[in-house]
Amino acid sequence: MLPTYASPIERIWFWSFRIFCVLILIFLVSPLLVIVPLSFSADTFLLYPIKSFSLRWYEEFFGNGIWLTSLKNSFIVAPAATLLATTLGTLAAVGLTSSDFPGKSVLMSVLISPMVVPVVIVGVGAYLFFAPLGLSNSYFALILVHTALGVPFVVITVSATLRGFNANLIRASASLGANPITTYRRIVLPLIAPGVISGALFAFATSFDEVVVTLFLAGPEQTTLPRQMFGGIKENISPAIAAAATVLILFSIALLLTLEWLRGRAEKTRTNVA
Amino acid sequence: MLEVMPTMSQTLTVNAPLTAADGELLTVKLAREHRNKQLKAVALVAPLAIFLLLTFLVPIFMLLGRSVDNPEVVTHLPATSQLIASWDRRALPSEEVFQAMARDLTAAKEAKTVPEVAKRLNMDISGFRSLIQKTARKMPLELAAGETMRDRFIQMDERWGDPDHWHVIAKNAKSWTPYYLYSSLDLRETKAGTPELAPEEERAFISIFGRTLWISFWVTVFCLLLGDPLAYWLANLPARKSNLLMILVLLPFWTSVLVRVASWIVLLQREGLINSALMNLGIIGEPLQLAFNRVGVYIAMVHILLPFVILPAYSVMKSIPPTYMRAAISLGDHPFAAFWKIYFPQTVAGVAAGALLVFIMCIGYYITPALLGSPEEQMVSYYVAFYTNVTINWGMAAALGSLLLIATMTLYGLYSKLVGANKLSLG
Repeated sequence: MLPTYASPIERIWFWSFRIFCVLILIFLVSPLLVIVPLSFSADTFLLYPIKSFSLRWYEEFFGNGIWLTSLKNSFIVAPAATLLATTLGTLAAVGLTSSDFPGKSVLMSVLISPMVVPVVIVGVGAYLFFAPLGLSNSYFALILVHTALGVPFVVITVSATLRGFNANLIRASASLGANPITTYRRIVLPLIAPGVISGALFAFATSFDEVVVTLFLAGPEQTTLPRQMFGGIKENISPAIAAAATVLILFSIALLLTLEWLRGRAEKTRTNVA
Repeated sequence: MLEVMPTMSQTLTVNAPLTAADGELLTVKLAREHRNKQLKAVALVAPLAIFLLLTFLVPIFMLLGRSVDNPEVVTHLPATSQLIASWDRRALPSEEVFQAMARDLTAAKEAKTVPEVAKRLNMDISGFRSLIQKTARKMPLELAAGETMRDRFIQMDERWGDPDHWHVIAKNAKSWTPYYLYSSLDLRETKAGTPELAPEEERAFISIFGRTLWISFWVTVFCLLLGDPLAYWLANLPARKSNLLMILVLLPFWTSVLVRVASWIVLLQREGLINSALMNLGIIGEPLQLAFNRVGVYIAMVHILLPFVILPAYSVMKSIPPTYMRAAISLGDHPFAAFWKIYFPQTVAGVAAGALLVFIMCIGYYITPALLGSPEEQMVSYYVAFYTNVTINWGMAAALGSLLLIATMTLYGLYSKLVGANKLSLG
């Protein structure tokens, strides 16, 4: 807050800075706010003002085979990729934080690299690799590549959680007579769970929002929701896209709330332990 | 328990080597313990490392390999390829080469591989495709008495009497070629085998790489200009308020990129919300062209990448105690000077890391320019996809992809060195 003795220049600076920041926040959320009402429009164009409201585009979305199939495919690929990425990534993060070994930092850089390699390159490479094996146009290859793209997030979040982990807790548990499995189940897992789950959410979101690899690797039968939206935006942008977008926005709100809840829980556990 | 022992050895004045309870030398036992721990760590990382090797690294290496791969002539014209290696490259090749060519083309015609060879050779000299196809159609040839294959070929088409055409065959009679990489850099191979710049009207890719870097540069600059002030404001607000406002940053971050691109089209198109609002207010008479050009691409890309600047900057700024600034001001600094001398230097590393990450992500962008840009905004990734999907020219797709990958990896190496990949955090 401004002190009462602030000079006019300070006042102008203070308020213009505030207004600037609020405008940026508006810039950040306005696209999300704009598309939601359009999904309830009765019109066939994505245009304002909305003359009359209807649920026809939701009927189109949930009644149309193409949209439903793509939604179903997304819900096949993303959970499978998440499960794989979370398992492999958590194990690796535990290994990376538990001990130093030669080449560790290089290995870490390699494990994180799927996050920065341009997706088009991953897509073309994956096609070159999987097509001769007869695995292009298959769920299997798509799940594997989505897993690779999601893994860095799990490694990063779980390693970050593990770095804040006090190894004396394991020793304490062992000295009190718990065997390693009990220690892992009752001490380690509850403490790293928030990191693991938020990594899993990142991996899920990565796969759930992935278009480019899907463009190269998936056939018509594996079309995912983002792939379907990509085609829709490119060809004819109808309010069915707005309906799909609204569903996805609700979904991201759910993801975000889960993540915030986890963060709060993690902080609480950590302070309780400390 | 074992970890306390070495410090004890400093206080005890015992000359005999220390042993563990079972009589084994302590140093040996410790070393083994350490090795076991390392092995356990490696065993835990191994599944992921192997997984990424197979699903990620090997495919990328295959892509790199494709950029110099040149199989067409060697596999489909094998006899010619072998014989032409000993050609002096001045006069026309010998009669044996022509005969080998006739045999190869006959075999290729049967195997239906002529179009592949024709397509490859056409890249070096346009018109070679029709020459090869025309010649292959006449195969097999019956020679009249006393007639040589060379005469017959030249009689069929005089281009067979042109050493330049044979030169192209000789050049491609190797299983690898710098052709695609040269082409991706607007270079071409001279007869001596050295690269030279292609004539101006044939240059295309240097400007595409330039455009990619240029767009990425400006997107990064805009992200910094918008993201850092916001991060500063949020970091200095009371926690309750900043947590609430942070949701406005995180929500778009978690929303599908396609949703956001679709929304920006709704907002920016000719009849879109921004144009109609500005026209209703009487600020403009004609709708502005905001989408499907550079403006639209900048707006959407900044929107997508802004959280990647805000989140790391916020966490850095949050860790700087506000008392530092207050101390500087109370010691007589002007608030701006205090900001510049005290606050800014502490944030610079974190902010620069965020900016570098945004730049790295930017140069590989594909979806946003593809959906919101005109052909003038398409970046390298677009052309990789274009050569893969539209013209099915794997060599060009792989070469452009390899160069893009090299650029990305160089920057990523720099990032790892400056920040450390293990310090990467996600808000």
